[in-house]
Amino acid sequence: MKKLKRGKVHLALDVNGEVQEVAFAPHKTLLEVLREDLRLTGTKHGCELGECGTCTVLLDARPELSCLVLGLECGGRKIVTVEGLQDLPAEASAKAGGARPHPLQQAFAELGAAQCGYCTPGILCAAKALLEEKPRASRDEIREALSGNLCRCTGYLKIYEAVELAARRMSDETKKA
Amino acid sequence: MRQKKLNVVGTSVRKIDGLSKCAGVTLFADDIVLPRMLFCKIHRAPVPHARIKRVDTSKASKSPGVLAVLTGRDLPVPFGILPVSQDEHALCLDKVRFVGDPVAAVAALDEDAAFDAMNAIEVEYEPLAGIFSPEDALATPEPRIHDYGDEGNVHKKVALEFGDVERGFREADEVLEDVYFYQGNTHLPMEQHAAVGWVDPDGKVVVWSSTQTPHYVHRALAKVLGMPPARIRVIACPNGGGFGGKSDPFGHEIVVAKLALLTGRPVKVCLTREEVFYCHRGRHPVLMRVKAGVRKDGALTALHFQSLLDGGAYGSYGVASTYYTGALQTVTYEVPRYKFDGVRVFTNKPPCGPKRGHGTPQPRYALEIHMDKIAERLSIDPAELRLAHLVPPNSLTANYLRVGSIGLRACIEKVVEASGWKGKFRKLPRGRGAGLACSSYLCGAGLPIYWNAMPHTGVQLKLDRGGGVCVFCGEIDIGQGSDTVLAQTVAEVLGVDPYDIRVVYGDTDLTPVDLGSYSSRVTLMMGNAAIEAAERAKELLAKAVSEKLKVPLTRLDFAGGRVFDVENPETGVAFAEAVVLAEAKFGTIGTVGSYTPPASAAKFKGSGVGPSPAYSYTASVVELSADPETGLITVHKIWIAHDVGRAINPVLVVGQVEGGVYMGLGEALMEEQVFRANRNGVHKIPSMLEYKSPTTMEMPDVETILVEDPDPNGPFGAKEAGQGPLLPVVPAVANALYDALRVRVDEVPITPEKVLKALRSKDRRFGPKGYPSIPMPDPIRVKPPWEGGTGAPETGEYLRTWTS
Repeated sequence: MKKLKRGKVHLALDVNGEVQEVAFAPHKTLLEVLREDLRLTGTKHGCELGECGTCTVLLDARPELSCLVLGLECGGRKIVTVEGLQDLPAEASAKAGGARPHPLQQAFAELGAAQCGYCTPGILCAAKALLEEKPRASRDEIREALSGNLCRCTGYLKIYEAVELAARRMSDETKKA
Repeated sequence: MRQKKLNVVGTSVRKIDGLSKCAGVTLFADDIVLPRMLFCKIHRAPVPHARIKRVDTSKASKSPGVLAVLTGRDLPVPFGILPVSQDEHALCLDKVRFVGDPVAAVAALDEDAAFDAMNAIEVEYEPLAGIFSPEDALATPEPRIHDYGDEGNVHKKVALEFGDVERGFREADEVLEDVYFYQGNTHLPMEQHAAVGWVDPDGKVVVWSSTQTPHYVHRALAKVLGMPPARIRVIACPNGGGFGGKSDPFGHEIVVAKLALLTGRPVKVCLTREEVFYCHRGRHPVLMRVKAGVRKDGALTALHFQSLLDGGAYGSYGVASTYYTGALQTVTYEVPRYKFDGVRVFTNKPPCGPKRGHGTPQPRYALEIHMDKIAERLSIDPAELRLAHLVPPNSLTANYLRVGSIGLRACIEKVVEASGWKGKFRKLPRGRGAGLACSSYLCGAGLPIYWNAMPHTGVQLKLDRGGGVCVFCGEIDIGQGSDTVLAQTVAEVLGVDPYDIRVVYGDTDLTPVDLGSYSSRVTLMMGNAAIEAAERAKELLAKAVSEKLKVPLTRLDFAGGRVFDVENPETGVAFAEAVVLAEAKFGTIGTVGSYTPPASAAKFKGSGVGPSPAYSYTASVVELSADPETGLITVHKIWIAHDVGRAINPVLVVGQVEGGVYMGLGEALMEEQVFRANRNGVHKIPSMLEYKSPTTMEMPDVETILVEDPDPNGPFGAKEAGQGPLLPVVPAVANALYDALRVRVDEVPITPEKVLKALRSKDRRFGPKGYPSIPMPDPIRVKPPWEGGTGAPETGEYLRTWTS
């Protein structure tokens, strides 16, 4: 077998609040770096051409298609994937007696908004960005915010309901606090 | 033991894997990473029809990082999902039959290296004439795409007649005839197909795959690899959407197993989105001619249905698809005499197969528009017309389908009421319209794909001393929630919390066979098997508890995690203690259950397709606007009522209904799998951007009404929900368009261009002009039950087996 020559870049990436050093081929997309080099397979792919929204992650709190961003571009930026969506960071969870899902994750599971679950990580990221910007997003605003994410199972309706339920719960929590 | 009220069945418990899916923890096939894993890429034919003159892999073999290269010679044994269509090779041997046919494969250290090596494979092709339409296929018997089939490039001809339809037409007051076309479309699951092959040093092969049918993949692997099935294990990963597109065994699943055998290392393949479009196996394009005789009151006197299916390059499920385009026309409205002619041809395009509704959305679309035209001709409200002629419950149709419960009356009445139909139909201003349609679907096929007398599904239970219950079943959750249905069913019988149940699924080593997640069979068949297994475990526990508590067996109930005396509820034991008592008395507690559908009354060849233990029913009303200037259609709202028998988990059932509505709407308005005949048969739009599917911006509001008419054959009365609700949406859109603009578009998808063409045509119609004259064999003639028939053919062949 002829040897493979693979030059790799070495970079520190801030993923889900943890800074991790990673080496990867410079042409790799953020999607590939996350899935293949950091083993964060929660982020899925549907086309790898920027057409379906499945690979959406948060980059500095904005939803981005990780298949259209080079890993190289992400140094110094805050990357959040589905694995980092839970309610509290791991340390705080441990102190609070256990990890808790994000209200969006909880609502999606309860209302059947995740059927096959494949588009779900991307939609959760897009929905989180929306609710951070507009905690009382209307149905139309939800539709618009998720219009770049295809889902073939649900017809989107349960997804809207889950985002609305999560928004209500988050606003109740805020009021209590 | 006594009948008790249901505690778990009928409640919308959160899916047992719901939070895992939302946490991104669920492992799909492409998420599997094994040490030393290699990556596979497959070279696919760039030409639609050609002899393979030479495959040169020498450059690919020397490409950096390459460990193995395969060609068709390495896997010469054919396979296919149906025993009568063993016409595929994992990699083509002598011929390629469509752009995208797999020809050679490589395994390399990483995906990029595999990609480079794939591109270094050189293939010399000797082109053959390409066939791109059914008309071409009928006119061009040579060269043949396959050397089997009924004749030339005709794969299959089916002719069945139940009663004398000509007599029926003579007795009619009106005879209406029309031609319809349903364009092909594809599943477009969000997850691309992926598989990992591995062989351990002791010689056992393991294949993980995003498949809906691990059992059939197991059989195909054993056949092609020439290995005993006992040495092969197939593990189905949760599917990131299936819709029928992952129901065939695929070449890539066999290729990674072979590459693993050759290299001794795990090998992964993940198809690109473009490859998924070419793998296809989706909805057949079908041209249909419908001739219906009716009396003035709308009663059908006879129905003659003809369908011409464009099968693409391989058999796949096509023989079954052909029969399905003629099977279910009889289960909604009474059809006293029925004739069906079906023809499937081969063309040099990606193979068609089963997509949600398998072979029935096309004829249902044609029939429901035809009913709308009949209603208009007779000046009867389309809802009233249907209500007046429904098939009665517990009856036998002309083609010997046994209908059990039928909740269609309630479905129609409820959508009519909810939608305000009576105030809308033919009463809305020009440009706005309402349309209605109905449908029915199977709850699993009555006969297995390969002929055998064994059960269609099996469930095994293992009870733990701590009160945990482990359920083993070969079913695979493709998003429909079958794992949760299984847990709820067992939890109901044993009176435990569904979250105390662990489901082990889709593993040919660990789980009893379930034939797969197709034909809407899982809830009914697996559910019945699960009830049987759980009842058997319950019996053991009850005996032990009865002895311990000195309470008669008949007074014991299982609920709330306890086993107790119904007349004295404080007297009882915890479920875990009941297991301990039973294990002490009987030994390790493990039980099994299985399910085989009831035998069909029919005995004629072809009667293997259509019978089902039960039929679900659906009615839908669509309200839309259609702009006469642009042809653009905006759907405002869809009302849908679905007879699910009993909703085991209402949230999941509504989810299936809404998903079906969504997919039906996509088929009605925009989705089409089309090819460029003038450019070698390449896919016109093999990308998610250009293959239009509804986004959040196109999806209208949907009001779902569940009708629960329990069927005696269903577990707790349950019927299916995964496929049926797609069916009425497509014709309801077409009928609503007619109500809005008084134009008929007898062809889907109904694009703005077609609406404008219809508006500008003299007959205010856009659609196929005719149906070709195809010589058909003498039909198999079977007298309907009401003419004294027994289900046996008067003339023509008897049902033997699939292989006959």
